[in-house]
Amino acid sequence: MSDLTVMRTHKLFIGGAFVRSESGRTFVLNSAKGTFVANVALASRKDARDAVLSARSAFEKWSGATAYNRGQVLYRVAEIMQGRKDQFVEELILMGSSKRDATKEVEQAIDQWVWYAGWSDKLAMVNGSANPVAGNFFNFSVPEPTGIVAIIPTVTPSLYALVDSVAAAIVSGNSSIVIAAKKSSLVALSLAECLATSDVPPGVVNILTGDAAEIAPWLASHSDVNAIDLSGISKKDLLIELEKAAAENLKRVLRPDKNLPQGLNRINLWLETKTVWHPRGY
Amino acid sequence: MVFQYAPAPESTKIVKIDSSYGLFINGKFVKSKDGSQYKTINPATEEVLSEITLAGKKDVDLAVKAARSAYQKWSKLPGSVRGKYLYRIARILQERSREFAVLETINNGKPIRESRDVDMPLVAAHFFHYAGWADKLEHAGLGPKPQSLGVAAQIIPWNFPMLMLSWKIAPALAAGNTVVLKPAETTPLTALLFAEVCQQADLPPGVVNIITGAGETGAALVNHPNIDKVAFTGSTEVGRLIASSVAGTKKKVTLELGGKAANIVFDDAALDQAVEGIVNGIFFNQGHVCCAGSRLLVQESIKDEFLDLLYERVQTLRLGDPLDKNTDVGAINSAAQLAKIQELTQSGEQEGADRWSLKCDLPEKGFWFAPTVFTNVTQAHRIAREEIFGPVLSVLTFRTPQEAIEKANNTPFGLSAGIWTEKGSRILEVANNLRAGVVWANTFNKFDPTSPFGGYKESGYGREGGRVGLAAYLKSENKK
Amino acid sequence: MLKDHPLVLPELLTEATNSASALKKFLHGLSQVDKVGADARAAMLATRSIKTSAKLEGIDLAITMIDLTTLEGSDTRGKVKTLCAKARRPDPLDPTVPSTAAVCVYGDLVPFAKLELADSDIKVAAVATAFPSGRASKEVRVQDVREAVANGADEIDMVIDRGAFLEGRYLEVYDDIQRVKAASGTAHLKVILETGELKTYDNVKRASWLAMLAGADFIKTSTGKISPAATLPVTLVMLQCIRDFHKATLRKIGMKPAGGIKTTKDAMKYLVLVKETLGDAWLTPTLFRLGASSLLNDLLMQRQRMKSGHYSGPDYVSID
Repeated sequence: MSDLTVMRTHKLFIGGAFVRSESGRTFVLNSAKGTFVANVALASRKDARDAVLSARSAFEKWSGATAYNRGQVLYRVAEIMQGRKDQFVEELILMGSSKRDATKEVEQAIDQWVWYAGWSDKLAMVNGSANPVAGNFFNFSVPEPTGIVAIIPTVTPSLYALVDSVAAAIVSGNSSIVIAAKKSSLVALSLAECLATSDVPPGVVNILTGDAAEIAPWLASHSDVNAIDLSGISKKDLLIELEKAAAENLKRVLRPDKNLPQGLNRINLWLETKTVWHPRGY
Repeated sequence: MVFQYAPAPESTKIVKIDSSYGLFINGKFVKSKDGSQYKTINPATEEVLSEITLAGKKDVDLAVKAARSAYQKWSKLPGSVRGKYLYRIARILQERSREFAVLETINNGKPIRESRDVDMPLVAAHFFHYAGWADKLEHAGLGPKPQSLGVAAQIIPWNFPMLMLSWKIAPALAAGNTVVLKPAETTPLTALLFAEVCQQADLPPGVVNIITGAGETGAALVNHPNIDKVAFTGSTEVGRLIASSVAGTKKKVTLELGGKAANIVFDDAALDQAVEGIVNGIFFNQGHVCCAGSRLLVQESIKDEFLDLLYERVQTLRLGDPLDKNTDVGAINSAAQLAKIQELTQSGEQEGADRWSLKCDLPEKGFWFAPTVFTNVTQAHRIAREEIFGPVLSVLTFRTPQEAIEKANNTPFGLSAGIWTEKGSRILEVANNLRAGVVWANTFNKFDPTSPFGGYKESGYGREGGRVGLAAYLKSENKK
Repeated sequence: MLKDHPLVLPELLTEATNSASALKKFLHGLSQVDKVGADARAAMLATRSIKTSAKLEGIDLAITMIDLTTLEGSDTRGKVKTLCAKARRPDPLDPTVPSTAAVCVYGDLVPFAKLELADSDIKVAAVATAFPSGRASKEVRVQDVREAVANGADEIDMVIDRGAFLEGRYLEVYDDIQRVKAASGTAHLKVILETGELKTYDNVKRASWLAMLAGADFIKTSTGKISPAATLPVTLVMLQCIRDFHKATLRKIGMKPAGGIKTTKDAMKYLVLVKETLGDAWLTPTLFRLGASSLLNDLLMQRQRMKSGHYSGPDYVSID
């Protein structure tokens, strides 16, 4: 009896809590070899709605946290992932990666958290400016987070793409909602467990597992979502539909591209520039 | 003894307007292939100024082709050479600035004092600023070898015709792009005069193409398959259409759209300067300003005193002939815009806000609207939510800084905001919490080529001005 | 105008002068002035285009507002005589040119000026209170005023103790102005703030209020001995104080920029400032004066040009 495996229940990650889909739906996740892995919550339109609410309520505090604090929180995620490295590797293997590729991907994902963590208190230095206007004014520009970023990451490499897209959004103070593809749901939820046990405030990252074609249109058209990362959308029709929906409230959009913006340019996608003027005089 | 200002009209002799204009394509003025003609007028007199071409699809295609073909050479020119062309243009614009100012005022209706003292100096400054960037692109923040995008389709509004032209063309050219620019339907004349400046500067043909027309021309340009970038300044409504129409393409987009800026006055403000800032914020350029401070948020503890000062000051505004050097408030740009302002102000009255308008004689011909202030406005009123784009101020009140910030941010727009207080820490905290791309503290409606400008939320995306404005016309070198 | 509105201040304002601390609190509680904004407003008003009929009106108005001034160590009876003749009839060839408002001289020369202007409406103003530095004892300063008044001065141009002001000893400055006011009797009191030494517009605003509270009939920018003397933004700030004081008390205080106003163009800018800040009611010599000397000849030359259609030259106006 003692060798009977305890199966994990795979729920959605919304507002810092693991919840079943409001719809009650699940899907069967099979391994690359076709064996049953788990029943996973299948996110619905209403789960997306709830995720936006929690992302919005998290935004003020997260964007208002000190850059030093955000950097520490991101680094903490790397630490927790490091401790569960083997689990991530196993999950990637289960979904079809070779051991070598899986190990490399997990290491890269961990490194990516570290790399982004270091950016938190440098963004304003590198992106900001003191602008020498022609007049008696002090004028400066600073980067600020755009708000709520909906993310549909590329499916391969699954873990790396998840981490890269989420970290790029939240390092500057955005909150995020990720639609993880069914195939990525194992690592997505393990990542959620890392986030839940690190110091990422509830709502800063929300992870919905399911079908982007079903949920993404609700996020793309949601008026309280400020930006959308469509890098994981491969179907042209869906892409056009989503981009058109995003136009309704002028969301900032990242289109799928073989050459996705890298490094700082990736972070900058979800930043606004705020310019402040003040006169100088006695 | 009396001392009354005599009429002081700026001479129009300096300006020569042709009876009709073609399109500026590939360095030459050409006749339209498939377009038609329309009349452009002086909004202050309704006098017809010239016949303008309404460019058709074939014209748009020719202009894009010209830009594409010019792009091959232009993008490969040393940056220093592109810079020299831009410096040339800047100098010519300075030399001919009075001519441009007068023409702008005639076609737009804005006071000559503004076109002369604000618009044209800034236009030249923009070209000077971006001229210097042309050979320094590696400092744009996009890596050591940033690439230009290609052909930029640029569509500009009627409120600052030349200034918006400079914001569009100067960075595009500095970065190595070529452009097809469409000025607004009602204000094509200075852009057409700018075409002449391009010729005077010996700018290679096709680098700048200027096609005139209305919405359909603009749509044809945006939807043309062979453009790489769309830069648009105008209404949020049209911005949405553009964002939607480029869906699924590789076209890059920057949008400068509408606004409903809050101008927040705290009880410790420098009152006389705050009054100036409010007046300048909403009555500058007849309120035809996307970043206009159209919502005054005044702290309840000084409301009466402040409004007294405000009314007194508004009463000194001089409305009338835009060419008169002493005019403060000119003509509304078009009959359509006037109708929109009238409709929204009527809704303000119907919804129960109190209207006060400057008592002044409105000229019989042309389009005019007296500076107007609404009090007893709530956040729910249309005049507190919709962009009026006219000389209409909505006054709301607040009790605490938190309430001011909440009200200021309670709008789908996020272009600009104003703060008036003598307390430094309050300025910084309020500025920090305002969701707006430009925050003017103890000043308003200031612009500079080095200062990034652009909005949050539905006020658009991308910035113009400074380094980020340059980056909007560049991409990182492809890794492969 | 003092007769219309005797010096009775609203309660709030009388409380402000009850003690040194109350006065300091009141002055420091005035809303501040943003320099860049004030400068920009003045610069904008300076772009007003005053041409044709407006310029003719403005020139004559400006002439009637001039305190024609000589304040040199080398001043003599002869110099004062010339000055008075010029004030009376600025352009000997053109009797339509109005007289100036006043002549402004040192106190000891007042009797000669009075003599020269005996049968005219032209006022004689005397600088007093140890002008221009003001650095003398209270008694000496007041005695200076008494002598000028005894000599027949119609107006007293006093200087405030800038040292006391900058040290924050506002009540002492206030008391000093009140003593001078008392000593001036029926003579109108112009209080010189010497804004070039106060440096900031906040100080200008505080000093303006201090002077008005203490009973000034006019507030005046400068002695003319310190640079910068009158500037447009300083004048704007003072005019706004006058406006606010009028709202609070119904008293109309006069304004006198002095020093550095040399050309017709300068003078027109000041008139524009007054017109658009206080309104036409202040465009009268009883409420606005220009302290100047060489300005008058430029006004006359411009006037001649406008009447004759050609430019005039310095030989066609009289030297002082």
